[in-house]
Amino acid sequence: MRIKPPLLTLLLAIILAVIAFLSLFIGSADLGAGDILAALSGSATHSTEIIVIDLRLPRMVIGILAGATLGLSGAALQGLLRNPLADPGIIGVSASAGLGAVIAIYFGLSAYFPLSIQIMAMGGALIATMILSFISSHDSSILTLILAGIGISSLATAAIALTMNFAPSPMSLQDMIMWLMGSLENRTVSDIIFAGPFIIGGWLIMRGVGQGLNACSLGEDTAQTLGINLKKLRMKVIVGSAISVGATVSVCGAIGFVGLVVPHMVRNIIGYAPGRLLVPSALLGAILLTIADLITRIPFGHGQLRLGVVTALIGSPLFLYIIYKTREAMR
Amino acid sequence: MTLEARDIHVTLRDTKILKGVSLSIKPGKLVGLIGPNGAGKSTLLRAITGLVESRQGKILLDGRELSGWSLKERAKKISYGAQGAPVHWPLEVGHIIALGRIPYLDPWQQISARDREIIDQAMIKTDVAHLSGRLVTSLSGGERACVMLARAIVSKTDYLCLDEPTASLDPYHQLQVMDILQNLAREGRGVLILLHDLALAGRYCDELTLIHRGQILAQGNVNQVLSDKNITHAYHITANRKDGDPFLSPWRRSGRPEHDRKL
Repeated sequence: MRIKPPLLTLLLAIILAVIAFLSLFIGSADLGAGDILAALSGSATHSTEIIVIDLRLPRMVIGILAGATLGLSGAALQGLLRNPLADPGIIGVSASAGLGAVIAIYFGLSAYFPLSIQIMAMGGALIATMILSFISSHDSSILTLILAGIGISSLATAAIALTMNFAPSPMSLQDMIMWLMGSLENRTVSDIIFAGPFIIGGWLIMRGVGQGLNACSLGEDTAQTLGINLKKLRMKVIVGSAISVGATVSVCGAIGFVGLVVPHMVRNIIGYAPGRLLVPSALLGAILLTIADLITRIPFGHGQLRLGVVTALIGSPLFLYIIYKTREAMR
Repeated sequence: MTLEARDIHVTLRDTKILKGVSLSIKPGKLVGLIGPNGAGKSTLLRAITGLVESRQGKILLDGRELSGWSLKERAKKISYGAQGAPVHWPLEVGHIIALGRIPYLDPWQQISARDREIIDQAMIKTDVAHLSGRLVTSLSGGERACVMLARAIVSKTDYLCLDEPTASLDPYHQLQVMDILQNLAREGRGVLILLHDLALAGRYCDELTLIHRGQILAQGNVNQVLSDKNITHAYHITANRKDGDPFLSPWRRSGRPEHDRKL
């Protein structure tokens, strides 16, 4: 199936709008369509309004922001690194944000002030971002950047294991594990106010990189002789995705596979030019994450499905199917 | 109007690759850069296109130092074809050729009808119009070389610098690529190519530069550069040819290259 990129973008935007709207109707509280519409127009009872406006709406918004960030950075990083296996996790920001969160849980900081987990996670992400931008500003090769990301990621993962190893209580260990699996549950407007500026800021940093990424398909030397400033391009993609992914992880936890799978799905429809993948990948990422979040609302036995688990469970088989289908073209 | 390298010195990881090389390319000329492996040909090509920096000396583009031109301005004057012409994604041929128009587009700008026209002309010139919708991964080596030439042509540059455009092509496609390059030179562009095939170099190039161990061994007229003495000195081979004929073929080894590539 081949359709033009602008048409795909339009289709995805419509699907996203519909699914996001429908997500307001699904949840543990049994509300009728009339109640939801009343809450949106401001004429519902107080408890209904709290459920819709203070719980479901922020959850929807964060899901869209997070999914779009993961899809967009996955596509941008795969284009920059010219590697279809790149995932926002590869630059080490997700693990560093996770480390910040786990440390906050270890010390029980959320008892002292709200949003402490989010702030610590963002701090971890920003430290990783600073290390990465330091490395990429010194004219390093793409391979050096990938290896640095893997190094940062391994270090942060080891430190997470260490923190969990010495968790002060089984309760706090469980909190850490749950947080690392990712969730959009109980997110509030303050999460949006905290993470939103970083997420949107990261997107803005990445704007206009499509042409440079297209040029990089011919190798970095040729891209430079086509007038692309490689240092600036690397900086924009790395820092932009690091900040937005860091903010995403800080409010949702680690959500795997969206950033890896989504660009492959889009390629399947509109071809491989990396610049064309960016906007459709952002939209499809938002759609997939919203759907995955809806699945976590289905009650299962006595536990609650975690978002990161659902995305990986849906994402991996899909990924295998796509790489099987495209094996000829990738040769 | 010239693209000129003056007294270029390049050191990479403590190894002196180029030790004072000068070269100029004028519009209308097909200039061949020859020399044994490791002589510094690719590095010179990369220095001229601004991809590596010269420790000393300068590159002059139409009389003005290359470092004074912005990347975008340079891209409209000089196009570069990398060795092996890498393509990292299975892109469509038409899309790859269109990448050559990037110097003329703003970051968000799409290809216009005028760009499309230039692309179509280049595809006809390099005989790849029938490949437009194909994926680059499905092309033969010869088809791919012609596609990459079209990509360089659509940038509408005064100078083309190509690193081994005929590498690993069959004889037909070698001649096809050389014919296209000669036509481009006749149309008034300056073309600098790196070659290993001395017969092609002698047959097609207007001028030759022979590089040996980071320095110029001979430069200028094709017959003079391809003398028996120069060939033996640079390549350690003897050539088979009739007297005075520039179209030589390498015949047997004579002596062996020294290994002291250090400072």
